[in-house]
This record gives sequence, C-alpha cells and structure tokens, in this order.
Amino acid sequence: MQCQECGKRPATLHFTKIVNGEKTEFHICEACAREKGEMIPGTTGGFSIHNLLSGLMDFHPGIQGHPSAAKQNENIRCEECGLTYSQFSKIGRFGCSSCYKYFNDRLDPLFKRVHGNTVHVGKVPKRAGSHIQVQRKLDDLRRELQYRIVQEEFEEAAALRDQIRELEKNIPAE
Amino acid sequence: MPNLRFTEQPLSEWMSQGGKESDIVISTRVRIARNLIHHPFPMLATNQQSEEVLGLLREVLTDERLQQYGMLHPVLLADLEELDKKILVEKHLISPNLAGESRKGAVFISEDESLSIMVNEEDHLRIQCLYPGFQVQEAWDKATEIDDIFEDHVDYAFDGNRGFLTSCPTNVGTGLRASVMMHLPALVLTQQINRILSAVSQVGLTVRGIYGEGSEAMGNLFQISNQITLGQSETEIIENLYGVVLQIIEHEKNARERLLSESRLRMIDRVMRSYGILSHAAIMDSKEAAQRLSDVRLGVDIGLIDDVPAGVLNELNVMTQPGFLQKLFGENLSPGERDMYRAKLIREKVGK
Repeated sequence: MQCQECGKRPATLHFTKIVNGEKTEFHICEACAREKGEMIPGTTGGFSIHNLLSGLMDFHPGIQGHPSAAKQNENIRCEECGLTYSQFSKIGRFGCSSCYKYFNDRLDPLFKRVHGNTVHVGKVPKRAGSHIQVQRKLDDLRRELQYRIVQEEFEEAAALRDQIRELEKNIPAE
Repeated sequence: MPNLRFTEQPLSEWMSQGGKESDIVISTRVRIARNLIHHPFPMLATNQQSEEVLGLLREVLTDERLQQYGMLHPVLLADLEELDKKILVEKHLISPNLAGESRKGAVFISEDESLSIMVNEEDHLRIQCLYPGFQVQEAWDKATEIDDIFEDHVDYAFDGNRGFLTSCPTNVGTGLRASVMMHLPALVLTQQINRILSAVSQVGLTVRGIYGEGSEAMGNLFQISNQITLGQSETEIIENLYGVVLQIIEHEKNARERLLSESRLRMIDRVMRSYGILSHAAIMDSKEAAQRLSDVRLGVDIGLIDDVPAGVLNELNVMTQPGFLQKLFGENLSPGERDMYRAKLIREKVGK
C-alpha cells in the first residue's frame, strides 16, 4: 500500500479510528510521519494522541499538498494569542480559549471525527454558564408545556406558562 | 524539600482500603480538565501568566469546604528532584507531562493521596480523584464537587456550544476522562482479550497500558477509559463506562472459572511456578516481574494462594518500577543491578 501523504513510499504506519461506527483509516510512511513531527510507535514516547490528531486535521484527501489550502490555514489566526490554524493543526492544541472562536468554522469536522459530536450537552458551570442553565431549563419547560397542551391538561399548562414567564424576566437582553 | 512523604511510601493510603470488585478492578480514576478564561493555555502562557494562574488556584485551597477531603499539600514541581517526579508519576499522582514539560507546574495532593489537583499541566487545572476497586460514580461525584468549589473562585473558560474549553481537542466539552484499571489475566490466557478490546473501542471507549498513552499493557493490566468528551453528558459517560466494565468483569470471571474447571492442574502449575520464581529468583527484569506478579495475583484471587495479601502485590507493582527502585537502592543503578535489587525486593515481600 502506498503512503497517502507522499504517494511514493510504501505506507508502514496504519491507524484506524472508529467513532459512532464510522471508520476512518490512514496509511502513511515513516518518512512522512517523521516530517510531520510525529513519533513512530515503539520509540520512546510512543505515538501520542496529538500526533494522531494533527493527522486528522491535515488529512483532506484530494487537496493534500495543495499550496492554496496551506496558505489559507496560515491566514486564519487567533487574534487573542496569535496561534495560526496551520500551527494548531501541527501541534494539535489550542493556544487559548479564544482560539475556539477564531477557528470555529473549521472545528465541526474535527470534533465530528474525534467525538462524533459537535455540541456540548453536559455540565454547565454555575457562574460562567448561569444564563445557559436558565436557557436549558426554559427549553425543558417549553417542551413540557407543549406536551401538557396536547394532553389537554390546562391547569398544569397554565402553571408552566407562569413559570416560563418568570424565568424569561431573568434573561438579560442580548 | 517539602512533602517528601508522597514519594516515600509506595502505596497510597487510599489503595490500602480495597474496593468493589477489587479482584479484577484494581483502581478507578476520574479527572476533569478546566481552564481559566483570562489566561492563555499553559502551552502559550508566559512564566508570569503561569505564575498568576498558580496563585489564583492556590488561593482556592483556603476554601474551608475543601477541608473535608483532607489537608491539601501544594507541591511545586520546580522544588522536586527528578527522581521524586518519577515516583509521583509511577504512583499516578502526576502525569508524565506535568513532570516533564510543564512550566510553573504544581500539584495539590491530599493527605491520603486520593485527590491530586494538577496546575499548569496541558490545562490550567486538572482535578483527579483516585479510588480503590470499581467506583466510577463515587469518583465522579467527588470530582464534580471539587470542581464546583473551584468554580466559585475562578472564571472558567466555558462556551455554550463547545462546553469546557481545553487545550487539546480530545478533551473539550466535559473535560472528563474516567478510567478503570483492570487485571484481566484469564481473558489474555484464553485469547479472548483482543476481541473484547476491539469491541470496547467501538463504543467510544479506549484501552491503554497502565501509564497512559502509548504505554504497553504490562502484567495483564489494562486501563479502560472514555474517548469521547463532547456530545455526551457526564452521566452518560460514567454509565457507559460502568456498563462496559461490568460486562468485562463478567467475562473475566467466566474465563477464570472455565480455566479452573477445565485446566485446573495447568493453572495450579502456572500460578505456583510463578510464586516459586518470585520467592527465589536472584535476577528479575521488569517485564518478567509484571507477568509473574500477575500470575500470583490471579492465584490469590481464585483461592490457589492464601498467604500473599493483595496489598503486597499492589505495593510491588509500584515498588518494582525503575523510579522507586532507584529511590530504595541508589540512583545510579545499572540495568543489571536494577534487576538484581528488584528480585531481592520481591523475594523479601513475597517469599517466606
């Protein structure tokens, strides 16, 4: 099998990622792996997750080595810490919390591949996320309100409506 | 030198208690990654910024709600000898990354070592809770309580869509990594392990050696943890891991029973042979030690050996690591000397 990166040497490094049953396979040669700053399995340190990741970020089959794609990555930059997208894809780490904002357009495919998902549904911090908590609570209440109306349980529905109005007062106008 | 006690005892106090399913699950670990919103992540932070982060997080230690977890000792990595760092890694109290690469890195360790809070690792804050046996829910409950206390004092980097923002994209969302260290000798012996491990990777979990990424599975010890941190709630992650581990425990138990009923004599021979070698050998490399200790542990768990306490085996797992051997017998051991001292140590602990 040929290396996906250079297309010349035989691929000796193979990795498979399965997220939600979706399988992605990569095959590259040692030289390309080393060039990309990746460690070879079996040597000290091993093949770390960051190396795998930068693989995921850089591999766009078809446009590899395409100069305009590389150039584009140079131009996307986090205004807060200065990290460019191309640096990010090489290191596999964000520089600061604002990187998420500046690289946002490119993150969905990456998160999709790594996690199979793009949106957080877990814990919301009390202070930093207070309005998000209210929002989630509102969504829940509205859903329940719909349900009660369909069930023709109007007394419960009225109580829910009042609760929703009360909560809506607390949302700061954006 | 501050708080050297953490590097003197091989076995953390929390490990001496035993826990649920402890014949198969050695320990449970939950860690959550958090960052402060106004500082760049440690990788890009200046020394001054890292110092500030450390200062802010260290102040949280004065919150009296933290006292229920036992006194937390702040340890600066810069104050430690290389050997002590190595030992903290071998005891899982810090990550290899904090030991090797961090600037202004620190760790707050609780009295019984069941709680370790790393500062300026890959993320500003990593809260890690360790439990003996199979206690994923318990470990998560404690970690999230401690997380809440920190959040009262510092501003976390959080986004409504992406969740908790972390340096590495593999941690974003919940920032939660829950892992369970399992001893699976019967599944290895009956050659079912690969089938099971590949099934595990299909449900969003991952398997590693005991010292994290890239480390080899030695002594039939496997670390199973969640891979996905975004798009699943903490409860889902914990329940998913719990359910899968429960099934693996079941498989391992069945395999052990089958081995005992179908090849009893060969099992006795294998276990007792290793027991004999550990009790008498004069040279022991780390790989053989791990394998023989695994055999003896299996022997203890299935009732073939009754005079080696499980605690001794847990202790030896740490003590036979290179860092700890150096601590006990001197820093400049050649590999040959190391193997000799390792054998001596094991003989004294296991043999009569």
